[in-house]
Formats: sequence, C-alpha cells, structure tokens
Amino acid sequence: MGIVKALKGDTGGQVMLAVLLVVTLVVPVLNLAVPETSFWHVSTYTVTLLGKYLTYALLAVAVDLVWGYLGILSLGHGAFFALGGYAMGMYLMRQIGDRGVYGDPVLPDFMVFLNWKELPWFWNGFDMFWFAALMAIVVPGVLAYIFGYLAFRSRVTGVYLSIITQALTYALMLAFFRNEMGFGGNNGLTDFKELLGFDLQSDGTRAGLFIASAAALALGYLACRMIVTSRLGRVAVAIRDAESRTRFIGYRVERVKVAIFAFSAMLAGVAGALYVPQVGIINPGEFSPLNSIELVIWVAVGGRATLYGAVVGALMVNYGKSTFTAMFPEAWLFALGALFVLVTLLLPRGIAGWLPARRAG
Amino acid sequence: MGMSASRRRCPHLAGAFVCLILAGMTWWGTAVAGALEEALPGLADRAFPVKQQAVQALAATGDGRALPILEALLAGDLYTRETADPPVVLARPSAAGLRLTHPLTGADLGDVERGAVKKIPLNNALRTALRGGIATLTLSSPDPVVRSRSAKDLMRDPSPESVTALRARLEQEEDAAVRTTLVLAVAVADLRVGTPQARLEAVSTLEGSLHPEARNGLTTLIANETDADVKAAAERALIAIDDRLTWNARAETLFFGLSLGSVLVLAAIGLAITFGVMGVINMAHGELMMLGAYTTYLVQQALPGWVDYSLFVAIPAAFIVSGLFGIAIERTVIRFLYGRPLETLLATFGISLILQQLVRTTISAQNVAVENPSWMSGSLQINPALALTYNRLYILAFALLVFVALLLILKRTALGLQVRAVSQNRAMARAMGVRSARVDALTFGLGAGIAGVAGVALSQLTNVGPNMGQAYIIDSFMVVVFGGVGNLWGTLIGGMTLGVANKFMEPWAGAVLAKILVLVFIILFIQKRPRGLFPQRGRAADG
Repeated sequence: MGIVKALKGDTGGQVMLAVLLVVTLVVPVLNLAVPETSFWHVSTYTVTLLGKYLTYALLAVAVDLVWGYLGILSLGHGAFFALGGYAMGMYLMRQIGDRGVYGDPVLPDFMVFLNWKELPWFWNGFDMFWFAALMAIVVPGVLAYIFGYLAFRSRVTGVYLSIITQALTYALMLAFFRNEMGFGGNNGLTDFKELLGFDLQSDGTRAGLFIASAAALALGYLACRMIVTSRLGRVAVAIRDAESRTRFIGYRVERVKVAIFAFSAMLAGVAGALYVPQVGIINPGEFSPLNSIELVIWVAVGGRATLYGAVVGALMVNYGKSTFTAMFPEAWLFALGALFVLVTLLLPRGIAGWLPARRAG
Repeated sequence: MGMSASRRRCPHLAGAFVCLILAGMTWWGTAVAGALEEALPGLADRAFPVKQQAVQALAATGDGRALPILEALLAGDLYTRETADPPVVLARPSAAGLRLTHPLTGADLGDVERGAVKKIPLNNALRTALRGGIATLTLSSPDPVVRSRSAKDLMRDPSPESVTALRARLEQEEDAAVRTTLVLAVAVADLRVGTPQARLEAVSTLEGSLHPEARNGLTTLIANETDADVKAAAERALIAIDDRLTWNARAETLFFGLSLGSVLVLAAIGLAITFGVMGVINMAHGELMMLGAYTTYLVQQALPGWVDYSLFVAIPAAFIVSGLFGIAIERTVIRFLYGRPLETLLATFGISLILQQLVRTTISAQNVAVENPSWMSGSLQINPALALTYNRLYILAFALLVFVALLLILKRTALGLQVRAVSQNRAMARAMGVRSARVDALTFGLGAGIAGVAGVALSQLTNVGPNMGQAYIIDSFMVVVFGGVGNLWGTLIGGMTLGVANKFMEPWAGAVLAKILVLVFIILFIQKRPRGLFPQRGRAADG
C-alpha cells in the first residue's frame, strides 16, 4: 500500500532494493555455509566491510533527504552519525563488565585509568540495549531539532547554514577530545566484547550485523521515499526551490525544515549505531569536519535528490577508497579531490542523472 | 646566572690573566694588595667557618684579582697543596694530570699528577658566601649589565656588608638602569637586615614595584615582622603590588588575545574578499596560506645565510605564488560556478585536498623547519611583570598593515572600484564597460595572494606542514561570518574580538573549552544577527 505508492515510478530505487535484497540473502549464506576453500566463499572481512558500506549508504540517504529535497547542505551530518555511534559504544562499553583490563565491574577502563570513582550520571541506563538504541536515535534527533529550530527560525540559510553546521561538528569534536567529557577522550570507546550476548568477533554476529544494516538501509530508504512522495515532501521541494514564495503561500516553512532535518539526523544516528559494532571503535575523529564534507561528495557523485543515487554514490566512493588506498595510498587524495571538482563541474546531477540520459539518447 | 656570565668573561687561565691586566688598568687598583695576600691562605684551612671568613675578607678587599679566585673556587677549580708557596693554586686538567697556575700573578707553575693537589671542598653556606662575595666584587665591573646582575644577586641573600657595598656603589653609579636596580636591591636588602626605620623606608620605596624580588621580600617581611607600623605599611604595599600585577596580567592577556586576533584577521581577510565580495566559498583558502608558508620555507632554502632578510623576499614571493594559484583556480573551476555557492564549496574543497597531497608528494609529508629571523626573537620588556614577544608584536603590526593596504586597494584604486562595482551589481557594471571576468580573476587572485602573505606570518608562529591550512579554515569562516560578510572592518573587529574573548576565557575554561564556547557563541550569535556584526546594506544584500 504505502510502500507500493512510495516506490511507484522509482525505477532506480526498485532496482537498488532488489539488488540489496539479493545481496543480503546471498552474502551471509556464502560466508557461513560455503567452506572457506571454495571459490564462492565470502570472507568475514568482506562481510564486515560490506556492512560498513551499508551504514555509510544509510547516512548518505539521510544527507540526500535534506540536501536534495530541502536544499540544506549540512556539513555536520557526521556529528549525528558519531552521536549515534557513541550511544551504541556506551552500551557496548557497559557490556564489557569486569572483563576490562582493570576488571572493574561497573566503570569502563578509561574511567578507572582517570581515577574516577563512580559512573557519570549520563552513563546511567546504557547497560540496557533498548535504552542505548533509543538514545542513538533521540540524542541526534533532539540536537538537530534544537539546532534546526534556532537556525531556521532566524532564517539562516544557504552557505551560512553550511558553515555553522560545520562549526557544530567541529565544536563537538573538540569537546569529545576532552577527557573530562567522560567519553574516553582521544581514544574514544573500544575493546568491545559482545552485543546482546553475541560475541562481536564471531562470524555469525558479523553476518547478523550485516543483515541488520541492510534492513536498516531498506527501511530508511522506504521511509525517506514515503516522505518525499507525501504532501510534506512536495512542500519540502517547494521550499528548496522558492523558500520565500512557499512561506508567503502560507506554509510554516520552519516547521517543515525542522521536522525533516531532525528525522534525517535520527537516520544518521541509526547508521552510526550500526557502524560502531562492526568497526569495533568510536572516537572523536568521527566528528571531524572532513568526514562530513566527504559524505556530501558521496551524495553528489551518486546524484542528489534521487535517494538511490546516494546509496550508489556511497558504495562506489567507499569501494574506490578501499581499493585506491590499498593500491596507491599516495594518490587517494588526488583522486578524491579530482572527484569533488569534476563532479561539481561536469556531473552536477551525479551518476543517477547521467545514466537514464544516456539510455534515452 | 650572574656567575656563569662573568665566568664566561674570564675563562680560567688565559681569561684570568686578562682580567688581572684589566684590573690593573681600572680603578680597582692595588692599594689593598696586602690584604689579598693575607686572606688567601684562609681558603686552604680545613674548617668551613675559616674558609667563609677568608671568602668574605677577599670580597671586602674590593681587589679585582679576588674575583677569578672566588669564581674558580665556586667552579671547583681551586686546589690546595701542602708543600710550596702559594698554598692555594688554580688547576685545569691537562695531558699530564693538572696544570697549576698562581692565583694572584697568573704565573704557570707546571704540571702535576692528580693526587699531588687537593680540591678545596665546598658546602652550601660557603657557596652562598661565595656568590655574595662574587656579586660584591662584580658590583664595580665596568659593564653596566654585569653591575645590574650582581646587584640582583646580592638582594637574593643580603647581609649587612652587602647593603654597605650596594649603598657605596649607589653613591657613584651613573647608569640610570643600574641605579634603579641598586635602589631596589638596597630596599630589598634593608627589608631583611635593616633597622625598623630603614625597613619602613624600604617598604615605601618598594610600594608599587613589579619586581618579583620586591614582592617576595615583602611577603617574607610580613611573615616575620614584629614592628606593627612596618607590618601595616608592608601589607599596604603588597596589596598595591598585587593590584598592579593583576592589571599587568590583564594587559598581557589582552596582548595574547590581540595576537591571536591578528592571526585570525590575517587568515580571514583574504576570505573576506573572496567570500564577501565575490560570494565564493573558498575552502582551499587554508591551503593557499599553506602555500605561502611553504614559499617562505623554499625562499629560506634558496638563500641560506640570509635568514634575517629572507622574509622580505618571501612576502612578495608568497603573494605571487598564492595569487597565481588563485587565478588558476578561478579560471579553471570557479568561473563556471558563479551564483552556486554550495558548488564552489565542494569544488574548492576538492582543490584543497589536491593541494595538500601535492605538497606531501613534492616536498614532504612531514613538517618542515622554517627559521625565525633574529630580529623577531626576544621580547619587549614593558616593565618587570610584562614582556611582549617581538614575533607576536611584529605579526600584529603586519596584520594591521595588510588590512590598511587592502582597504586602500579597495577604496582608492581603479581595480578596487571595479571590484566593488561588480560585487554590487554585476550586470550594471558590465553595462558600464567593466570587464567582469577579468575583475573576478584579479579579485580572486588578490584574496589568494593575501592568504599567501598570511601564510608567511603563520610560518613564524606555528608548524609548517601539509595540514596546517585545515586548522584555520573553520576559524576564518567564523570570523568572516561573525564580522559580517563583505565588510573588511567587520573582519578586523570580528577577528580581534574573537581572539581576545578566546584568550580571556582560557584561564578559567581551558584552551579547548574556550574554543568550544567561542564556537557555540558564534552559532548562537548567527541566530540573532544572521548577517554578522556589520551587515552589508543596500541592494547587494539580498535577503
């Protein structure tokens, strides 16, 4: 019903979801059921790598929702992703229990190291998975809501908004680098052992996280499609194209913007929460402004305002990064830099805008 | 300190000899030569009190020849021998063991084995006496710097004798700076060893003095004083000193703030042109600064031995290098993106990555060492509690110079007129015959060149490496946005305000938290005044 309506006319999305479904079904089987000697075996390393890419893809979808459909170029979405990641990281830290290096039943290692005597208040509740999962969504959402409310109410738009989102993630990075903040400072959170009782190092858990990432991506994608095909989505596009006119017609522009911005931040938080158990660490580097700008280029490469383009772009750029940095570590920044320049100059609509045009021609 | 410097003037054997000749030529004279010979054997005595008396007697002679002896004793180069006259000798290591010298005449006494002579042992009381004695002797040195220093040494551990010596010196002293130090030293010494009347006078002399010794002396006096009047006066004087110290500390913080502000202004002012005048978001601005810093490095490499002057070559060179890069970026990328600021942001970010990697590949991934010219080291001593380092002072002046130059270019030259015309109304400017494409390229080149010049200044303050530009890009944008886009005065005031605010918050918030608070403040400020402190008015400012 809703899903059918949301995907109507979205050929790219249908293909993307179909491929995603097939990959999600096949890869875990090839990993777990096919013996390692076989040609068809997929290593656990690859499964984790793919799972990581899928969380990036979800993050790119979140960025595309605000950039492509609302005209807000956020250079701070990495912050929401990292906050989601920290929420999950805190749960995983609490799960270590007394298996840490210092063996304290409650306090994580870095707190023992800093000679803290009790858990800071904001760590309470993170021993429960449901609470951490909720926080991974609520914290980025609330931050985006407050930030968006302040920014959109005073009609900060365009470049100014981009720059202050960048300042936001920069300020958070500096804050999380401080040991006094209680989030592990420079080293962040790491040495995770298990998630919901499953060993994080086991192949089965890795495959499970991969499937969860794929499911989150599919659901996130569908939710975004539902938004953009709804009345709300059409108002958002109107705001993107002619903000003042939309306001004069009588729409409450700020409310629409805040709502979509906060939803996008929540999606980024989910992506971050799924990312952390797969890579096994979260540190303040994730807040770095560079990350946030880089993920904008994923969307630009894939093609903005298409949603599936964001998925394609995230997967392609990150696959390119993995292979490039392995083969020519020197050349990766040249390639990434050239990608930024060439895509903005020659491919303003990204790959998604380019493919159908070729077919039509 | 005083010790080692005066020892450097008289390095042992040869130096001692020269000093002796010098002594003969100056007013030190030889009138009390007999006293010197009499006191010398006391140093060979086993008992420390006897040695101490001998040291004091030597110092009291005021004979210049006593100085190298006392210095040698403090350095452990003075030995005793039981057999011959003189009983005390200077000794330096030589091939055969030790080479001996006569302490008074400087005559060579030949080599002996190490065991033949015995080093004179010291204890802490003797060392203190030695330092006091040396200071008393150097108090009449012909070099005013040495005299000042010995006066300072004397006030650290004053005795009634040293007060007498200081007063005597004060009578004949002509150098104003040394007089000031002597007055201070007499007062500090009086605090410790003077009569109640002398102490009271000393307290009033020291009131408001910023020398750390004055404050220490008063604190010690208050702790030990029995005379109520003196104690009350000392407490008042201490409060006055602390008051002045607080103000000096504030002045110092203000200076640090202005110094940070000048760096921010230098970094942001080129951006103010490209962003404010042209509406272009140049994320590669930090990398253009980095190119300027690397130009400084390369100029220094090309002109070895000319470090003091190389900056004067580096400044125009950096302007040209970064300016040309800027023009190339404008011609190849930015001119296709006018009116699409978000796209210029992404494209120039790509360029910044390419420039970083370019430097990494061609020069080095490590930081490079840029030398500071000698005229930039050292500091300007305003008063004993406040010193302004020259490099920060010069960079502050340089930032203002660049600001004024840029203001003049924009307000007084044909290019400036055209730039302003294009930024206000491109179509109308074109209609009036302004070649807007050329103006765009030159404006961007100017902004980039200024970034290069800023890089030269930065190379004197921070590490020069491929990543150095990234550290400044967010800060510079904050300055431009805070000050108001398209307004150079806004950039100046914005940069200085942020620098000073940052430094004033640092003492109680810590460096990182201060920075976060400044960022949060700007984020909130933008909500209130979305167009910055000094918004651009008129038609150009579309809402």
